[in-house]
Amino acid sequence: MLAFKLAFKNLLGAGLRTWLNVSVLSFSFVVIVLYNGMLDGWNRQGRSDTIAWETGSGQYWHPLYDRYDPFSLQDAHVPVTGEAAELVSSHQLTPMLITQASAYPQGRMLNILLKGVDPSQKILMIPSGSLQVKNGEISAIIGKRMAESSHLKKGDRVLVRWRDVNGTFDAREILIAAVFNSNVPTVDANQIYIPLSSLQEMTGMLGDATLLVAADTHSGSAIKGWAYKDTKTLLKEFDEMINAKKGGSRIVYLMLLSLALLAIFDTQVLSIFRRQKEIGTYIALGMTRMQVVRLFTVEGSAHSLLALILGSLYGIPVMLFLQQKGIPMPKSADQAGVAIAEKIIPFYSLGMIVSTVLLVVISATIVSYFPTRRISKMKPADALKGKIQ
Amino acid sequence: MQKPEIIKIENLSKKYHMGEGDFTALRNINLTFGKGEFTGLVGPSGSGKTTLLNIIGSLDNPSEGDAIVLGNAVSRLTHKQSATLRNFHIGFIFQTYNLLPVYTVFDNVEFALLLQKRTVSERYKTVMEALEWVGLTDKAKSKPAQLSGGECQRVSIARAMVKRPEIVLADEPSANLDASNSHHIIQTMKKLNRELNTTFIFATHDEKVMQYLDRIIHLKDGMVEKDEFIQDPKIVSHVSI
Repeated sequence: MLAFKLAFKNLLGAGLRTWLNVSVLSFSFVVIVLYNGMLDGWNRQGRSDTIAWETGSGQYWHPLYDRYDPFSLQDAHVPVTGEAAELVSSHQLTPMLITQASAYPQGRMLNILLKGVDPSQKILMIPSGSLQVKNGEISAIIGKRMAESSHLKKGDRVLVRWRDVNGTFDAREILIAAVFNSNVPTVDANQIYIPLSSLQEMTGMLGDATLLVAADTHSGSAIKGWAYKDTKTLLKEFDEMINAKKGGSRIVYLMLLSLALLAIFDTQVLSIFRRQKEIGTYIALGMTRMQVVRLFTVEGSAHSLLALILGSLYGIPVMLFLQQKGIPMPKSADQAGVAIAEKIIPFYSLGMIVSTVLLVVISATIVSYFPTRRISKMKPADALKGKIQ
Repeated sequence: MQKPEIIKIENLSKKYHMGEGDFTALRNINLTFGKGEFTGLVGPSGSGKTTLLNIIGSLDNPSEGDAIVLGNAVSRLTHKQSATLRNFHIGFIFQTYNLLPVYTVFDNVEFALLLQKRTVSERYKTVMEALEWVGLTDKAKSKPAQLSGGECQRVSIARAMVKRPEIVLADEPSANLDASNSHHIIQTMKKLNRELNTTFIFATHDEKVMQYLDRIIHLKDGMVEKDEFIQDPKIVSHVSI
């Protein structure tokens, strides 16, 4: 306690030098927490959006299905029967049939995926309720990215061409019944959703599905003939992307932190050089050398505690403001291919804040300690004279 | 009347390594100091005054022989034991005052008591009493930079005396002061020496200091040249500060 009391007194007495170091360190604090909060917020938002729009709470894939290989779609379909059919009828699973196709908006050709979904499904947020067949005309829904790239809008009709189960080409016109807005580009880009039964009929794959999307009430138990993919597997790429982002951000904030720590280290070295007489006086007054080492170490590391207080003073209002208003993302971020909202709401977890505080305090203590080891080698009589050692 | 012995210097020598050779600062010193003495170590620069004070104060170790201070052989003390000896039993007064610049006068004087882990109320009472001895109660909240040289040295005396040590070691306490302040400082110390029976040992070559000493040890080239007890030193009856 004595070391803390004296350290804070010395630190505050040092004036501008202290506040310069504390300001730089507090800036590091705030930037680290803000940046991590933004990435964590993006992560949370992206994960929940992807689950809501695309993956559900897990999926059962046809064993041949590979989401990155369009050629696998040709054979990756099977009738939904038995246990799977029971789970579909109890609304724990919803089937989806996927096939490759071409669309011809305004005479141009676009390679697309035709996805057949059950219009009554409630598992995914896709507004499948708009999918109806009226007077023999198939209605379809597309996302805003698809609408932008294809220049299609609600009410337009577009020709689509596909191959049926036997490989025969067929084509017909479909009606764009709705354009939905999703933060998840992978449910949107180059994709057209039509009623499942229509796609099954068009392709001759009656009763077939490529995959089954699970509701959050589903336990994820194994179903014969289907390969279960849990959320962790389905979000693997997204998690890897966030981790890569975090890795990159770590370099930036470690550089920032290093600058602040270098300033503390420099201050410590200078302090010990300039304050030799003071060190000698402490020893003459009855402190042991180790007590003086502790005092100077605490003094250096106390920069981080003051930085925490200063950082809180201006950082907390900024963080709360951003949490309330969100961080607007540029429009081009939409094209990045990953789930990203128009505004990211930062998320500041207790764990992240505590680990940031510990990182800064421990680093500051370590860089404060190293220069003070010189004190333990000082001869008090020489220190009192202020002799350079 | 013989004063009880509190410091005994036995065959003490101190050598410093200087380049390839050794510099001998003290040679075979044998001295004893009694309780309540007001003694000066006198001699030219380099005669070993400060070195001897540092060894008595356990800030330095002898190369040969030993200094027995309040029953403790300085050369055998650990860092912790040395610190305890200084904290409880020895006060220091320096030529350049060595006050802690960011602390107030009160904080500076209080410092030794903080190390002794005394209670807040006890510290306050004792510090104010010490400031009263040196006439600086009205400057308790001032910082050293706001004080004159004489006032700084009085703070330094209060800091040395606040813990009521048996021994006070003063290294050229009047060297940075004008004549008037020098007299005041020495008179203050002399008064405290009389009232509290504290042993004062000075390193000095200031004539003004010498006239108050009741013992003068002359050092030359690290050796005791003369050890004289003064029959009729200047006596202080009243100190006006």
